[in-house]
Order: sequence, then structure tokens, then C-alpha cells
Amino acid sequence: MSKKIVIDPITRIEGHLKIECEVDNGKVVNAWSSGTMWRGIELILQGRDPREAWIFTQRICGVCTTVHAIASVRAVENALQLEVPLNAQYIRNMIIAAHGVFDHIVHFYHLSALDWVDIVSALSADPKAAAALGQSLSSWKRNSQQEIKAAQAKLQGLVDSGQLGIYGSGYWGHPAMKLSPEVNLLAATHYLQALEYQRKINNVVAILGSKTPHIQNLAVGGVANPINPDSQSTLSVERLFYIKSLIDEIGDFVNNVYLIDVAAVGAMYADWTAIGAGVVNYLSVPDLPLDTKGTSFALPGGFIKNGDVGGFQAIGSFDDPFFGQNVKESIKHSYYKGDWDLHPWDEETVPAFDGYQPDGKYSWVKSPSFQGEPAQVGPLANVLAMFAAGHEPTRRIATRTLELVSSLAGATVGIDALHSTIGRHAARAIRCAVLTENLSSQWQLLMDNIGRGDYATFNPPTFPAGEVQGFGFHEAPRGVLSHWVVIDNGRIKNYQCVVPSTWNAGPRGAKDLPGPYEASLLGTPVADPEKPLEVLRTVHSFDPCLACAIHMLDNEQQEIVRVRAL
Amino acid sequence: MEKNILVLGLGNILLSDEGAGVRAVELLQERYQASQEVEMLDGGTLGMELLPLFDHRTHIFILDAAKSGKPPGTASRTPLQGRGRLMRTRTSPHQIGLLDVLALAETGDGPPAQTVLYGIEPGSLGAGLELSAAVETGIDEALCLLLDDLAALGIRLAPRSAPDEATEPAQSATTSFPRAATT
Repeated sequence: MSKKIVIDPITRIEGHLKIECEVDNGKVVNAWSSGTMWRGIELILQGRDPREAWIFTQRICGVCTTVHAIASVRAVENALQLEVPLNAQYIRNMIIAAHGVFDHIVHFYHLSALDWVDIVSALSADPKAAAALGQSLSSWKRNSQQEIKAAQAKLQGLVDSGQLGIYGSGYWGHPAMKLSPEVNLLAATHYLQALEYQRKINNVVAILGSKTPHIQNLAVGGVANPINPDSQSTLSVERLFYIKSLIDEIGDFVNNVYLIDVAAVGAMYADWTAIGAGVVNYLSVPDLPLDTKGTSFALPGGFIKNGDVGGFQAIGSFDDPFFGQNVKESIKHSYYKGDWDLHPWDEETVPAFDGYQPDGKYSWVKSPSFQGEPAQVGPLANVLAMFAAGHEPTRRIATRTLELVSSLAGATVGIDALHSTIGRHAARAIRCAVLTENLSSQWQLLMDNIGRGDYATFNPPTFPAGEVQGFGFHEAPRGVLSHWVVIDNGRIKNYQCVVPSTWNAGPRGAKDLPGPYEASLLGTPVADPEKPLEVLRTVHSFDPCLACAIHMLDNEQQEIVRVRAL
Repeated sequence: MEKNILVLGLGNILLSDEGAGVRAVELLQERYQASQEVEMLDGGTLGMELLPLFDHRTHIFILDAAKSGKPPGTASRTPLQGRGRLMRTRTSPHQIGLLDVLALAETGDGPPAQTVLYGIEPGSLGAGLELSAAVETGIDEALCLLLDDLAALGIRLAPRSAPDEATEPAQSATTSFPRAATT
């Protein structure tokens, strides 16, 4: 008899993402992904000045502030066909790359590693053996026995003081946990070290973004950073060299710790390369523009249909109709009035909640499509596109990573293994290393351009009479983000954000095809329906970022994820 | 020991009363000058990115909407030391909340001596930039609780002389957040 599992996180006043699965004979046979909160940003923006839209959109989400700011200014610039000075592109590119590196590190170590790493087991490991293992895997300077022993003592101290929610976390000691105590301890040591390195990389964003914690330096038409190589109060040479030292430190961590850990975890959970593929239409967009118009990019992006990497179709510019004309959103299964499948410029968002109905409307998330079909977005989509496009750093880093996985697993693991739950983690680490290299190269481009005497950072926008439309896209840490704006006489008439988690967490759409989360869960083994760690592993591999809104402290609520087996 | 105090407003200003903490810190900044010992910041809805802001603080005072079932606008004061929890099951980075980040901050060297939450009970959480009237009043009460705690530490913030804008730091159009009241 089939059994139903509902995973419903209830940390905040409102829920975010609810996953419902039907399990039969130890495997998921059907799944529903439901966003449980409505996001009303589009209505707040109507009638406002397009130049200030980014200031509001960066408040949509506490995790992706920067990315919504970037997509917003690009959308308005696209509507006005406004060019952006080179320095502004480079500064934005560095903010984008640094934010991406930060976000990927936090996702792996602080949000999802504990799906695979067992802290209880790490406490019983031999630090000497863990250090020997670490030193055999990489040249990382902080894999010494002393450092690992100190990390173990710290974990033990946290457990003893009751700070570590060790008995509340449920999944430690689960039969699906497979790493040896030494690997667990090594990974736990890096969990603590990652806290230091994510601060360093975030510092790059803060310096370039002019203010912490929200960036304040953007403007439609460029950036507000005055460049003066000699002045202390602007972006000076001294500050730029400090940024470079942070970039180098973080590059060491990404290449010698993050990539290695992901390869080791991947090799030891090799069975997860056959689980969780789901929707294999992959959409990504090019990013890190290298010219003022956005027609040449450091990172390629495009569409891969039905897993056919050889049939990759590139997206060529910020104005490419191949992207602009092929995105639609359906509300057939979403809590909005009516049943339409429309281009974002033409949407009319009228909420109409009438209860959770798995056969009817069951999510606040809309269902986006590219050329009429659901598409998976995120680092995996981006890495496959860059690989297909022959992007040298991606090919080099992906090959190096897969070779390490193969040698640790004792079997050949190729690029096809990436179409999976564990593959999404590998792709994120590969993309993180690519971004780290690009952070250095964008820094060099900026230095060279300033060296040529070009200090321009801003082109003022002018708004025409009548109506203009634009779209702005950005390859964000969780995948394709696009903002769509209709401007009428200099005021916002319509505004839609099609966010990465909408693509991945979307419900069934106009053709009733399951969305990427839903499709990826089909066939997932579930050893114990009361503790569906396997379902969480696959959902976490997408790096869910739903809701984009609520952040309220709930004083009373200690329960985090409510799992109900019905 | 020298004091290094952070006053942090948290919340989402796009969801009416959810943004009460941010509005409260904005009001505080309007009325008082920051000092050597007291920094006032708008933390929005950030999670992990708050962590560096907690470094080297002796006191962390947080203003935030907090739900406890009392009438809208009710202000409350809750000490938060030792309430943090690490490594709980998380599905989304949105779930890295204040208590997680505080717990991480407490694992570092020199954790804060005092951490207090000044909560404001929300009324409406609908999309919109306006606060409900009861919550406007609640913000004032929460700020009084905060100022009492600062006074207990021997700190009195210097008021800004409201009509004299000449001493304000210069701000470009892109660095000031458009306020609900002016739009």
C-alpha cells in the first residue's frame, strides 16, 4: 500500500515550501511541490520610478539581495537600450562572482553537507587518521592533526553545552549515512573553516557594494562608485589590492577544500549519481558581460533540450529574442485567478487561494516554461551549457573533478553522472571554482581599464514618452533570474520577476508536466518514511530559495521541519 | 572594557508590519546620532550575511517583528544569550534565521556579553510598505526599552537637531532608501 509523506518547514509564521510524496515499495511514485506563500512585489512596484525598482527588488529576498538588484537595473537598461560603461560592468561582475562564490560555499557546508555528513560519527574519529586522509587528498595548509583535533574538541564542546542541536536533528545515525568517521571529521573541520572564508568573500561584496549589508552602489546606467586611484574615500588602488588578496585566499579554499570535499562525498555516495535527474531540459543565461552593450560574455549560457548536450543552443546577448520570446508562465495549477499561459510582460497577477488541491491548484509558485516545456535551472544547467560551449576553465575544472571522483570511487565517472542529485552538488562546486577564476580576471580587466585612464562608471538614463518594454537576466547562484518590465511615460506599468526557484520548484504547468523538483523525486528510494532523508537530499541539491520574503523570529516555535507520514 | 554595541533592525519592509524592526532602526537613526560605541544598521532579511556584523561586539540589540499572540503593536524584551542552536535540519537558506547566526557568532572568539531582542507584535503581514497604526506606536515602545538598556550601560545617544540638516552626512540619490511616507 502506498504511503504519503509531507515535509513542511514551519520555522516562520508562514510556510515556504511544502513537498508531498507518495511512496510505494520504498520508492517515491508521485510528488507535489507547493510554495505556501504569495509574493506581492509586482504590485508594490506598479506606478513607481523604474530607476528605484532595484532598491525594492533587493528586499524580495534575504539571501539573494544582490541578484535581484542586478536583474532589475538590467531590465530597465534593456527597455531603454542604455549602454553601461566598462568599469561599471567589471565592478558589477566582481560583485556577481563574489556573491556567487559566497552563496555556493554556504550552501554546501552550512545548508546541505549535513545531509551526507554525520557529526555524531565525527566525534568518534581518530584525528590523526583524518589528518592523514586530508593530506592525501589535497595540499590544503589547514588539514593538520592539530587543527583537526581542535575542531573535534570544539564540536564536542558544543554538544556538551547543548548548543549543537544534536538530538534535534534527527538524521544523524540514519542508515543512509555512509561516510567513515574520519571523512565525517574532515568535513566537519571544513564546515567550521568555511565560516571564516565565507566572511572573507562577502567582504569583497561589501567593499565594492559601498555598504554592508545591502549593496548601495547600483544605478540604472552603471554604478555609483567614483573611481579615483589616489583618493582614500573612493575605489582606490589600495582597496583594489586588498580585494585581490581576499580573492586569492578564497581561491585556495575553493580549489583545495570545497572541490575536494565534494569529490570525496560524491565518490562515496556514487549510487546517488543514478538518483534525482528529473527534468533534463536545462536553461541558463550568459553572464559577466565584457562590453558596454552585453553582446560578449565571460561565461556562456543557453538551452539544452532533453539532455542533449551536443544540441546546445547559445543565448548570445542581453537582447536575444531566443530568450526574450520563449519564456512563459502558466497558472493552471497555481493560486491565481483564471487559467492562462502568458509571456511575463502580459501577465496579470490576481491571487485567488481556494485551498490545496493536488489535482487542481496547489501552489503559490507559477509554472514557467521555455519553448512550452519545464526546464531545470541552476549551476548544473550552467555548467553543462559552459561545457557544451567549449568554455576552457569549465572543461578543465570539470575534468579534474571527475578524474578525482573516478580515482576515489575506483570506477570511471563521466560527465553524464552530473544529471543527478549528487551531480548538482558537483556542478555547484565546479561553477564556484570557475567564478573564483573569473573574479581574478574581472579584477585585472578593471585595473587595466583604469590604467588606461578610463574612470567612467555611469551613463544617465532618459525615459521616452509612451510605452517601452525590457527584460534583464542574470545567472544567479540558483540559476536563471529574469526581471520583466513595462514602462509607460517613465513609470512602471507592469513588473514580473521569474526567479530560479520558480523554474525548479514550480508545480505542473499548462501541459500538466511535473516541475523539476517533482520529476526529480520520482524513483527516489526512501528507507524510512518517518525520516525521509533521501527526499531532503534531492530537494536540497537544488538549493531551494522559496518565498523570497519572510524573516520573522518565532519566539515559541522550536520545531523546524515537520515530517508527517500519512 | 570598551563597548562595541550593534543596534540591528530586521524584517521585510515589503510586507507591511514584517518590516517593523527596519522601520524602528530608521527612526532611531533619524532621531539620534551614531557614536563611537553604538552602530545602528538595517539588516533587512539577511541570514548568513549578518554573521560578520556580529564580530567583536560586546552587546547586540535587535529590533524585529516577533509573533507571540499578543495584540498588534505590543513591545517585548527577550534576552537571547544561549538560545541559539546549531546545525539543525534546514531546507532553504531562508531558514538560517537569527538564532542560527547568533549561535555561530557565539562559537567565535569573544562572544557578545549581552544579546537582547526588542520585539514588536505585527498586525498585517500583507504586501505593502505601510505600517499599521498600532505597530507605529509599538515601535516607539520598543525603542524606549532599548534606550533604557543603553542607559543602564551608561550610554545616552545624542539627539539630532532636527531642523539643521547641514550637519547630515552628504548622501547621493542612490544611497538613501525611499521611505514609505514620501512615496
